[in-house]
Amino acid sequence: MGRPKTDVLQGTLALLVLKTLVRGPMHGYGITLHIQTISKDVLRVEEGSLYPALHRMAQDGWIKAEWGASENNRRARFYSLTPAGRKQLAEEEKSWARLTQAVAHVLQHA
Amino acid sequence: MSWLSRLRQTFRSGKLDDELDEELRAHLEMRVADNINAGMTAVEARHDAQKRFGNTSLMKEDAREIDIIGWLETVAGDLRYATRVLRKNPGFAVTAVLTLALGIGVNTAFFSVVNGVLLNPLPYPWPEELVVLGESKPNFINGSISYANFLDWQKDNRSFSFMAISRGYGFTLTGLGDAEQLDAKFISSDYFVVLGANPLIGRTFVPGEDKIGAAPIALIGAGFWKRKFGSSPDVLGKSVALDGKSYTIVGVIPEEVDLYRSAHPTDVYAPIGQWSNPLLPNREAGLGIHGVARLTAGVTIEQARADMEHVTANLAAVYPDADKGIGANLTPFRRALLGDIEPILFVLLGAVGFVLLIACFNVASLMLARSTNRTREFAVRVALGAGRSRLIRQILTESTLLSMIGGALGLVLAQWITRAAIRLVPTEMPRAAEIHLDSHVLIFTAAISLLAGILFGLAPALKSSDLFLSETLKESGRGSSGRRRRAQSVFVILEMAMALVLLIGAGLMARTLSRLWEIQPGFDAHNVLTFNISMPPSINGASAATIRAAFRNVHDKFASVPSVQAASFTWGSIPLTAWDDEQLFWLDNQPKPSNENEMNWALSYVVEPDYLRTMRIPVMRGRFFTDADSENSRHVVVIDEVFAHKFFGNEDPLGRHINLQQGEIKAEIVGVVPHVKQWGLDSDESQQLRAELYVPFMQLPDAAMKLAPAGTSIMVRSDGSDPALFDSLRRVNKLMSEEQVIYGAQTMEEIISASLAARRFSMILLGVFAALALILSSVGIYGVISYLVGERTHEIGVRIALGARRWDVLHLILSQGAKLTVVGIVIGVGASLSLTKLMARMLYGVSASDPLTFVGVAMLLGLVAMAACYIPTRRAMRVDPMVALRCE
Repeated sequence: MGRPKTDVLQGTLALLVLKTLVRGPMHGYGITLHIQTISKDVLRVEEGSLYPALHRMAQDGWIKAEWGASENNRRARFYSLTPAGRKQLAEEEKSWARLTQAVAHVLQHA
Repeated sequence: MSWLSRLRQTFRSGKLDDELDEELRAHLEMRVADNINAGMTAVEARHDAQKRFGNTSLMKEDAREIDIIGWLETVAGDLRYATRVLRKNPGFAVTAVLTLALGIGVNTAFFSVVNGVLLNPLPYPWPEELVVLGESKPNFINGSISYANFLDWQKDNRSFSFMAISRGYGFTLTGLGDAEQLDAKFISSDYFVVLGANPLIGRTFVPGEDKIGAAPIALIGAGFWKRKFGSSPDVLGKSVALDGKSYTIVGVIPEEVDLYRSAHPTDVYAPIGQWSNPLLPNREAGLGIHGVARLTAGVTIEQARADMEHVTANLAAVYPDADKGIGANLTPFRRALLGDIEPILFVLLGAVGFVLLIACFNVASLMLARSTNRTREFAVRVALGAGRSRLIRQILTESTLLSMIGGALGLVLAQWITRAAIRLVPTEMPRAAEIHLDSHVLIFTAAISLLAGILFGLAPALKSSDLFLSETLKESGRGSSGRRRRAQSVFVILEMAMALVLLIGAGLMARTLSRLWEIQPGFDAHNVLTFNISMPPSINGASAATIRAAFRNVHDKFASVPSVQAASFTWGSIPLTAWDDEQLFWLDNQPKPSNENEMNWALSYVVEPDYLRTMRIPVMRGRFFTDADSENSRHVVVIDEVFAHKFFGNEDPLGRHINLQQGEIKAEIVGVVPHVKQWGLDSDESQQLRAELYVPFMQLPDAAMKLAPAGTSIMVRSDGSDPALFDSLRRVNKLMSEEQVIYGAQTMEEIISASLAARRFSMILLGVFAALALILSSVGIYGVISYLVGERTHEIGVRIALGARRWDVLHLILSQGAKLTVVGIVIGVGASLSLTKLMARMLYGVSASDPLTFVGVAMLLGLVAMAACYIPTRRAMRVDPMVALRCE
C-alpha cells in the first residue's frame, strides 16, 4: 500500500519526515522546526499537512507514536521510525534521487 | 495490519480524540514559547501560532477521518459547516429548499393516497384468500346470486372454507328520536366468519339464525352504536324498530370491517332470512345479492373456478328452468375492491415522480452555478489537506441537508395537500378513508428526501471537485466551465422533456373529459333532483290499493311545492347510477320460454306520467303514459329506440304486445322514446343490455307494489328558484308523517359529475403535476440562461462595442434557450408516445397519440420556455459595453 504517486507534495512530505526521524524520536513541532532549519527556511511544513501525514504514516506502520516529555518537560507525542519506515525511507530516497536526476537532466539538455 | 489498528482505534476513539487535542495543544504552546523567545508579544505569538495552524478544528477532522466513529463526527462537522454555508447564502438556500419542499410535498401527499388505498394491508386476516362471488348469466358477467342457489353452492363446493352472501338495504329506524333511514345489510350467518372479523362486544350470527322465519336479531355498527347508544355495553339484548319490526341487538361490529368501506358505514346487519321480499326463496330471482367466500388454505382461485363450474353444472341439470346457463363468477377480493383505480394510481405516481426529478435537476443546476463562486473556498480547503472525496462529501452533506429541510417542509405541505386531495378524491374511490400520513409515509418521505439529496448533490459534487483539480492550476478554466454548462443543459433538456410528458398526459385527460361532457346522456340533467323515500313502517302489510293511494298523496304533496315543476316516482333503474333493474319478457308472437335465460331482457324504468317532463325526454313516436294508465286500465308500456330496433327491426312496434314475466302481464307498446345512457357516458354503447322499457308505476303488480314503500325513488324537476329545495321537500315530508323518511338526495348533475369522478380526479392531479413541472422547468431554463448571460457579459459587451445590434444579442441568447427547448420537446414527444399508452384505458374519444394535444402542448411549453428565457435575454441586450469591458 503506497500513497498515490501523483501526490508529489505529500510524497515529499513523507520523505522529509521519515528522514528527519532517522535522528531519533521527535515530536511534531520538533519535526517542523528541524525541516525549516535544515532547509535554511526554504521548506516550511504546514501544520495542516503535517499532522494528517503523521497519522497516515502511523496507520501504514512506518512510524509509531508514544507519549514522552519535551525539552521543557511538557507532555508531547514522540514519533519514531519503525523497520517498515526505514525500508520506506530507502525507497523514497531512491525515487527522489531518480526524480531530481531526471529534472536536472532536462534542465541541462532542454 | 491496518484492520487491526483501525479496530483498535475505533474502540479507543474517545481517547484518540483527546490525545490528538493534547498533541496539537502541545505543538501550539511550543510555537508560542519560541515566538515569545524570538521577541513577539504574547498576543502576537499566539496569533502567529494559530495562523500557521490554519483552522485547527478542520485539521483535526482530517487526521481523525481514519476511524469510523471519527467519520460520524466528521458528518456532524460537515453538517455544521453546511449550515453555516447555507445561512450565508439565504437566497440560494430558500430557493432550493422551497423547490424541494414542493417536489417532496406533492410526492408525499400522493404517496399517502397510494399507501392508504393500495399498499396498506386489507383489514382482514389472509385477505388473499377472499373471493367475491356472483352469478354469470347471459346479460351479466357478475350478476346477483339467488338465495336458493347460494344455499346449494355453500353445501356443494369443495374449495371454500366458508361462503356468505350480503345484500344492501335501507331500514327505516323508528322509536329512537326522529325517524331515519339506516344503511343496512342483510347477511348470511357466516358473513363475518368469512371476513375473519370479530364483534366489539356480543356475538355474530350463528348458523340457522339466517333462515327464513328465524327470530329477528341484528348486529349494529360501531358508529351507530356510538351515535344512538353512547357506546354503552348494555345495548346487547335491547331491541330496535326497523321497518316497524322489533330486532334484538346481539352484537356490535367494528367499522373498519365494512367490506367496501363506502362513504356511508353500515349501521345495521340483519340475517338475510329477515328480508320481507317474497321473491327471496325464488331460485330465479335476481335481487342484488352478492357473495364473498374464503378459499380453503392451499386452494387456488383457478381450482375454485373449476370446482364451481362443476357445482353450477349440476344445479343446471337439476333445475334447468332456473339455472340453465348460470355459472359462478369468482373475482379476487383485492381486484373487486380496487378495480380500475390501481393502474390509474400507478400512472399518477409515476407522474408525480417526474415532478420531484425536475425539482432535483433544478437544485442541481443551482448548485452547479454556485460552485463557480466557491472555487476559492474549495481551493482553501484542499490546501488545508482535504482530499477530493472529502470535498465530494462536503457537497453531498450540503445537498442532503437541503433535501432534509426540504423534506421536513414538504411533509408539512403534504399534510395540507393531502387534506385538500381527500376532498377531491372521488367518494367512489375505495378505501379513501384510509388516506393519512402514517409511518410508511414518513419513511417514504425520509427516503425520497435522502435520495433526492444524493441525486442532485452528486453531479455538482463530482463536477466541482473536477473543477478544483484543473481550475486552481489554471486561473480561468474555460474547459471545466464548459463541462458544467453541458451538465446544466442536460438537466434543462430532461426537465423540458418530463414537463412535456406530464403536460401531454394532462392534455389528453382534459380532452377526454371535454369529450365526455359533450356526450348527451339522453336527458336534461339541469335542475333535476333525485332522492329516495321510505314510507312509514305502519304501511307494511297494507293492501296494494292503500299503498297506491299513499303514493298518489305523496306525489301530490311534493308536486305542490312551489318551485317544483314536475315529479315522478321511479322504481328500478336510474340513469348513470349503480341502480339498474331488469324486466324479463317475451314478444307477442313468441311462445313463453321455458326458463328465464331464454327470455328477453330490458332495463326497467317503472315511472309516472311526468317522468318525461321531469327528465325532458321527448317522445319519438306514439305517446307516453297519462294518469289514465292506472291500475284499472289495460296495461301499456313505452320502449326506447334501442328496444324498438333490437326486437322489431324495421317493423312498427306501436300496437304490438309484450308479455312481462313479472305478474305475467300482457302489455301494449304505446310509444317510443330516445335512448337514455344508463351505464355511463362512455361505456353505455359497449354494454350488451341496452334496451329500455318504461312501465307505469301505478300498473305495478300488487305483489311488487307492496315492496314499493321501501324501495322507491323520486325525480323532481324544479325551476331552480329554491336553493334549499331538498329542505323544503323535507319539511313537506315531515308534515305527511313523522315516520316517513326521504334521504339520499342527489342532483342529476351531481350524478353525471360523479360518473366522471375518477377521470376528473386523474385530470386534476395530472394537471396540477404538469403545472408544477411547467413552472419548475421554466425556472430551470431561466436559471441556466441567466447564468449564461452572466458568464458571457464580457463577450456580449465586446460584440456590442464592435457594432452588434440588440437584435443580434437577442438572437444569440434566445437561440441557446430555443435549442435546449427544442431538444427537450423532441425527447419529450418521443417519451410521451410510449408513456401515454399506459393511460390509454383512461382516455375516451381521443387517441393516446392525439396530434392536436401533442402539438398544442409542445407549443405551450415552447412559448413558456421562451418567455422564461426572454427575461435574462433582455438583461443581455441592455449590457453597457463600457461596464462589461471594465469588469474584467
